[in-house]
Amino acid sequence: MRDLSHRRGWGFWLQLGFTLLVCALLTVPMAMSMLAGLTANYFVGLKSGLTLHWVEEVWRVYSGTILLSLQIAVACLASTLLLGVPAAYALARRPGRVARLVEELLMMPVAIPGLATALALIVTYGGVGDLRSSWLFILIGHVLFTLPFMVRAVLAVMGAIDLTTLEEGAASLGAGFLRRFATVVLPNCRSGILAGSLMVLTLSVGEFNLTWLLHTPLTKTLPVGLADSYASLRIEIGSAYTLVFFLMIVPSLILMQGLAKRGRPSV
Amino acid sequence: MPDSFHLDAVPIRLERCGKTFAGGARALEPLDLTIRGGETVVFLGPSGCGKTTTLRIIAGLESPDPGGRVLFGEEDVTALPIERRNVGMVFQSYALFPNMTVAENVAYGLKVRKLPRADRARRVEEMLDLMHLGEFAGRRIDQLSGGQRQRVALARALVVRPRVLLLDEPLTALDAKLRDSLRLEIDRLLRSLGITAVYVTHDQGEAMALGDRIVVMAKGRVAQVGTPREIYYQPADGFVADFIGTMNRLGGTVRGGTLSIGTASLPWSGADGAVELLVRPEDLALAGEADGHLGGTVAAAVFLGDRTRLLVEPADGPALTVDTLGRSGLERGDRVWLRVDPARMLAVP
Repeated sequence: MRDLSHRRGWGFWLQLGFTLLVCALLTVPMAMSMLAGLTANYFVGLKSGLTLHWVEEVWRVYSGTILLSLQIAVACLASTLLLGVPAAYALARRPGRVARLVEELLMMPVAIPGLATALALIVTYGGVGDLRSSWLFILIGHVLFTLPFMVRAVLAVMGAIDLTTLEEGAASLGAGFLRRFATVVLPNCRSGILAGSLMVLTLSVGEFNLTWLLHTPLTKTLPVGLADSYASLRIEIGSAYTLVFFLMIVPSLILMQGLAKRGRPSV
Repeated sequence: MPDSFHLDAVPIRLERCGKTFAGGARALEPLDLTIRGGETVVFLGPSGCGKTTTLRIIAGLESPDPGGRVLFGEEDVTALPIERRNVGMVFQSYALFPNMTVAENVAYGLKVRKLPRADRARRVEEMLDLMHLGEFAGRRIDQLSGGQRQRVALARALVVRPRVLLLDEPLTALDAKLRDSLRLEIDRLLRSLGITAVYVTHDQGEAMALGDRIVVMAKGRVAQVGTPREIYYQPADGFVADFIGTMNRLGGTVRGGTLSIGTASLPWSGADGAVELLVRPEDLALAGEADGHLGGTVAAAVFLGDRTRLLVEPADGPALTVDTLGRSGLERGDRVWLRVDPARMLAVP
């Protein structure tokens, strides 16, 4: 290994140092915050001892928001799958100018500030029945915001495989549209669908901008509750809340990554 | 080979099949053609000549302009989409399903046809054996070479016993050596199955080797339909002559039944005036100064093993390509004389 270490000049160590510094810059505040959630008294510091008291407190006060967030995330995922996959398919099969325009329009909710989108939703649909006070109102906002990510992820995979020829192959063997879609299109877009799903779930669970305007006192989601607790309660509770959020989102991320990896053909 | 693999030989008839794409581009001038049952017809031409469009019209992937009709036997299939035409199709890019194994790919068409599981398994196995793919049954598509993939594609298309087999440049994506061996395999398969086959290619070697008849196409029109021999020896026009094999062009003058070419005067029946004559490289023979018709200098000599290809520059006119068999030993700069045979020359208008 002598010649290997020989090649690692000062440039290598400089790069490594820089990378670690950037990582630290991103992760240290998170770690500090979570640690604060486990500290008995933040102002005294770690010597006051570690406790799960604050986490229990969060669960007691905010379990409703956590469950609602999960409910909305799952419903949002289902909606974006039902809307986004067919939309991506239609865009992929129609390589025209109109399709590209629609593709760009779909990206608009990402570019426009969430507050503006939320305001537009309230102005337009705020008066429709009981919608304003229903969790479905938040769901609509989340679908609007996350749909582009699903479409983009699926479209990227559809563009990489020769979908048209695959379908022509299936059609030549006698398969009608629905069968082709179910047995050839969907399975071969699996990695894109999983990537999109991952994106939609995490974005929905963590969404704040839209939700902050769309929520009512009875329809608070996790991030809204988090802002609430930071603003009005002890910092330990807010921090414990962050910890709960991490515990919720990280396992689902790992699970989805695992699914995505299994979907790839083994070589 | 089991008898069950002998397929029905359905004739195909195209009547006034033209294709104009949205935007007005004419891909195919109205075309009439009958393909006999069991015949292999090769559509040959440069890219953009309309050969693939014609194949896709036969397949049902494109519909002809109004007025055009496609018939399989007596049945008018013009209005049927591809999935209801019972055709087998092989694509240049294979179009195999990456989410399925080799066996699952081959079984796909049978599953669509709702064949019982046991029959399905038996027919897939038979087909894989026929294509020497038995050991690959459980492999994924991305674990196969290009040649193996195309054999799977052939197996998948044939296992459903289609009425006609359509092949769209099936060998183009393969390297030269594989191309030759798979071409032989396809040839053997088409002969033994007796299926009506339509084959599209831009490679004249493939066309000559596989086609009972060749349809040479250019710019959306049929330039010539004929057997490989007819196309090679009696090209309908200059385009076909140049596209198939190598062709020399000689300038001559006809006066009163005599053709003057180089220093020679040969008997010739044809109208008086200047003519352009087409001669194949193998029909130009080396000769001595006394009996030669055309003198020239060897500009290049390429030794090809079984023959030597000479590029001879005559005193005037374009250089001529001459194939000589045997051990000539000629080199660049040598002075040679060539003989032509009037019976093997073709005058083009």
